Formats: sequence, C-alpha cells, structure tokens
Amino acid sequence: MLDKIWDRHTVHTQIDRPDLIYIDLHLLHEVTSPQAFEGLRIAKRHVRRPDLTFATVDHNLPTTDRSLPIHDDLARNQIAALQKNARDFGITLYDVDSEKQGIVHVIGPELGLTQPGMTIVCGDSHTSTHGAFGALAFGIGTSQVEHVLATQCLPMDKPKSMQIKLSGKLSKGVTAKDVILGIISRIGVDGGSGHVIEYTGETIKAFSMEERMTICNMSIEAGARAGMISPDATTISYLMNKIPLEDIEDVKSLTDSWLDLASDKECQFDSVIEIDARSLEPCVTWGTNPEMSIPITESIPNPEKATSQEAKQAMQRALSYMDLQPGVPIQNISIDRVFIGSCTNSRLSDLQAAAAILKGNKVNENVKAMVVPGSTAVKKEAEELGLDKIFVDAGFEWRESGCSMCLGMNPDILNPGERCASTSNRNFEGRQGKGGRTHLVSPETAAGAAIAGHFVDAREWID
Amino acid sequence: MKPFTSHEGQVVPLDRVDVDTDQIIPKQFLKRIERTGYGQFLFHDWRRKEDGTPDPTFCLNRKKFKNGSILVAGKNFGCGSSREHAPWALIDHGFRVVISSSFADIFKTNCYENGLLPVELPENQTARLLTLAEEHKAFKVTVDLVAKKISDRQGWEEDFEIDPFVRDSLMEGLDRISHTMSLEEHIKNYENQLFL
Ligand code: SF4
Repeated sequence: MLDKIWDRHTVHTQIDRPDLIYIDLHLLHEVTSPQAFEGLRIAKRHVRRPDLTFATVDHNLPTTDRSLPIHDDLARNQIAALQKNARDFGITLYDVDSEKQGIVHVIGPELGLTQPGMTIVCGDSHTSTHGAFGALAFGIGTSQVEHVLATQCLPMDKPKSMQIKLSGKLSKGVTAKDVILGIISRIGVDGGSGHVIEYTGETIKAFSMEERMTICNMSIEAGARAGMISPDATTISYLMNKIPLEDIEDVKSLTDSWLDLASDKECQFDSVIEIDARSLEPCVTWGTNPEMSIPITESIPNPEKATSQEAKQAMQRALSYMDLQPGVPIQNISIDRVFIGSCTNSRLSDLQAAAAILKGNKVNENVKAMVVPGSTAVKKEAEELGLDKIFVDAGFEWRESGCSMCLGMNPDILNPGERCASTSNRNFEGRQGKGGRTHLVSPETAAGAAIAGHFVDAREWID
Repeated sequence: MKPFTSHEGQVVPLDRVDVDTDQIIPKQFLKRIERTGYGQFLFHDWRRKEDGTPDPTFCLNRKKFKNGSILVAGKNFGCGSSREHAPWALIDHGFRVVISSSFADIFKTNCYENGLLPVELPENQTARLLTLAEEHKAFKVTVDLVAKKISDRQGWEEDFEIDPFVRDSLMEGLDRISHTMSLEEHIKNYENQLFL
C-alpha cells in the first residue's frame, strides 16, 4: 500500500535526491504554524493550495467556558495569529466557536477530510492517526509546514515498510489502546524508526475505525514515521456517513479505487513482526516512555533484571521520577487524577466505553477526574446520548473539546507529584505538568481507576 | 540558514537515552510566535532542581561545558513531538552538532531544515565520547561535513554517513523551499493530470 500511494504522489524524481511528493491534505493548528506563516510573509510567498489546507485550534484552548476571554496572553496571541493567518491566506479555519472545532486528528476523519490513498501532513507527530484510513499521514516540523504551504509538496525519501501482523481474537476487555501499548512494549520506542508500519491481520480487521485510529495514532510512539491500515468494508461504511456523496459522480468507482489500495498477499515488507493477540492484556505504563508498560495483573519491574546497563539506568531514572518501587503490584498504586481525552482516546466510542463502567458508580473521594471530548461534535453527540450526565453523576468534570491535559499547554495540568491515569499517548517526564506522573491506560482502565482510587482490572466491570 | 562545512567544538555529554522533545523544550515555551529566543528554555526542567534553583550537576549548568557546541547523548535522541522548537532551542543555545547512536525521524529532518547537524555514530563511539568529555578539561572534536569525518586532536577518526542531498543542502545553506519552487513545472503538470 505504501508503494502504491507513494508512486501516485511522486511529482518528480532525481538520482541522489529525495522524491518530490504531492500533499493532498494539510492540517494546521495554532502552535506549530505561526513561524511558517511568518516565513511566507518574509519571502513574499502565498499559499499554493488554500483549498487543500484546513486549520483548527486545539492545543492551547481552555476547556472551560468558551465565551470567556482567554487569560493566558501568549495562548491568546497564538490563537489570534492563526485567525489572522487563515484570513490573510484564505484558509478554512474551524475556530474556537465553530461546531466543527476539535483536536486536529479527531476532526479530519470526522469531517470526511481524511480519505484512503491520500498523503496527509500536519505540524504534529500524531498525524499518524489518519493512516487508519489507508492514507499516508505523517507529522512534520514548522519549516516543512511552510514548505507545504508554499509548494503543496515535500522532498522526501521513501521510508521503509514494516508489517505488524496481529492474529487471534482479543480476550474480553482488551482494547485497541492495550494492543498498541502491548506492541510498543515489544518493539520499543524506536522499534519502528525509519519505517511506516502497516498493521494487518484478523485482529485489526475486526476493529472499528475509531479503534484503528487509536492504533495508528500511537505509531509515532514506536518511532515510526506513520502507521497505516488497508481500507476495507469498515473504512467504506464509516466514510459513507462522512463525505458529501451528492458531490461524487461515481461512488462505486471511488470506493473500488480505495479497496484497490489495500496491500495484497504478495506484498513485500522490509520487516515483519507477528504478534498473537490472545497474549495481550489490559496495560498500564509504569515509566516515563510508552514502552515502559506492564499488564494490569503484574508488578512494577526490577531494574536489576534489565538486559543492559543503559536500560537499567533508564529504568532507575524512570522509577525514581515516578516514585515507584520494584515488585509492587500495579493494582496497589493509588492515583490522584484521571484524564479521559486526547487524540488517542477521546472519540465517541471511547467515552461510551468509559461511561459504561462509570454508570451507577462514583469517583473515589481522593480522585479528581475530568473528561475532555475530542471535538465539539463528539461532545454534542455524547450529550445527546446522555453520556455527560453519567460522567457528571459519577463525579467527573465534563469539559469543552481540545488537547487539554494531554500536554498541558492550557490551564489543565497536573500538580507536582500528582499521579494520573490518562488515556493520552505520552508519559514523558512533566508532559502533563512539571513533576506530574502519568500512567497511560485505556478509557476502561481509566474509568475503573477513577472509581477504585487505584489501578484495577476493569474487566471485572465489563459484562 | 548558516552553511555548514566543518566545525570544531567542545563536547558536552548528556548521558541519557530516549531524550524526548518535551525535555529538550517543555511545552510552556511553545506559545511564542517567533523562531528565536528559545535557548534559555533548553532542557528547562532538567536544568532546575525541584525548588526551581539551577541544578549544578546538570551538564549545561557546569562551568566546564559553558562553551560547548557539540552535544553527545544516548540513543533515540529527539523522540516525541514534531516541535521544531527543539532544534531552535539547541541552536539558540549555541549547539551546531548533536551526536547520538540514533535520532527520531522528525527531529532529524527538523535539524536539517535549520542547519543543525545530527551525526550518527555507533554506540561504542558515543559512549567513548561521553567518557572523554567528562575526563578532559575541554574535550574537542572536529566534525567535517565535506569529508564526512569526525576526529579529535589525538588522532582518533571515524566516518559517518549522511544523505547526499542533505549534505549538499547543509553545505550550501540551501533554502529548500526555493529548490522545490524551481520544480514548479513538474508540480503544475502533476496538478493538471490530477485535477483536470
Ligand atoms: S491530543 Fe495530545 S497528542 Fe493529540 S494533538 Fe493534542 S497535544 Fe498532540
């Protein structure tokens, strides 16, 4: 599939030079774009294809009442800069008060912008999310954002391909988040480096689009350039509800062309990894990168058993930052905060899964919990289903959409020393607030932990 | 972009693996709309103790390394977010070269875009540099992009690999956007084929 998409987008090739690749969809947000627009202005360049460029505000935005002014001057300036840039360069912006606002990787698929076979870029590493549709989607830096704005192209060397094949049926209560955490713990945070990972196998086929997005989202956490999944009937039925069909002349030939992209049996990958899905369990990270995770039934690992001196030191550092002792069952670890949100796990099905566990239960008195829907549309849908009420009755705060405590650029942050069960994607030191301790989990495990006040095997609550 | 041909500088050892961009520059400093002025925030949280005072043991705070311009660190340097603020901060602080046994892909590209040279060496060599940087008063190496060699004054020398286009662009300080714009005809042809 990578080869097919690459070939179809190659504008120009030259020996000893990267290929020039055409970009079909360019998504922007407020944090990584201002310097790119500034560069355009200085060089007196315009945006080549404003019609293929879409912007939203998500990273900085407060998730409290949106009608109030933003207190943080710098955040307010950055949002104002994007508003001005979108206006000046003729780019569609899903602004603070738009019904279509949301985390950039949640709204792309939701608005039908993300489609199979496309090349998609955004100044954000989790652009890999869109690969769930059989698109080649990857994160870029600000200079490359400027490059795409000016030329709609990027000079690039073709990445290598890696197949991760998941066979077998998942056992009850094991989620897409657990699958991707399980994969990363096996291949490591740099296991996918230089590669585009294609996830294949019956386990993946059985996943919904939202679950596939969770998997592809965290490809970057394995160091991969992108993650992708071949389009199939699930992809088509999702998109049929999202794209304006009346604008399309021949729907059948469009969907056929999508199915044609799928990798065939003869497809050669540069490397292949096989994983038995039946061996996976709900996961919790214990350390300071997404590779450092264990099944919910296990105990904090011992650095003395590390395979190298380097690994031992990294484990010791992580344990000391996380304030954890080797040998303690992870279920004995109590938490202060719960965050359900981020582009990994903030879509409707994630909120439904958490709400199913929370219904009729209360958040533990020592825990402060919040849920931040991935987009304004997800929020609205959830409210129509009464999910907000379940969350609020249980003791959660129900917020406006955005990135929020995934990276804590807005006022939603952990205090030093606080321990959080989070459905986001990065547990780096200080990611959710200086001194904060993040444990990555699925929405189900986060909900269970919120009720119990410590990590629990949420499978006990799933019927 | 400042062209890069050869650079001699003191080595600063950062003996940690998987250094992520959240550490290189924490998110609270990403709200500015300029490309400059990030050097003061480089490794902000690691430079400080819990009470906010400077941690004298952290490499950037040690007097000995004050003038260092070549950073050496453990594997998988620059993983995490795509923020270009990471190379901006390293450059602004005075670094021209980062050496590691491996770099995260997006970080590497972001370095190229800004004239910061990421050099990949085998793990035993980075380990050696980490040790020598600690042992000597001011351990210096020369990174020669033209010859694709890194050497010290005692006669040690090691080749490194770099993509030919990247090497040319860095040596010329090439504006990559202008280069793509010179291929305008091809882009137009491609668009005509696609959208007609
Ligand atoms: S939710 Fe988190 S990971 Fe996703 S785009 Fe926002 S900050 Fe990045």
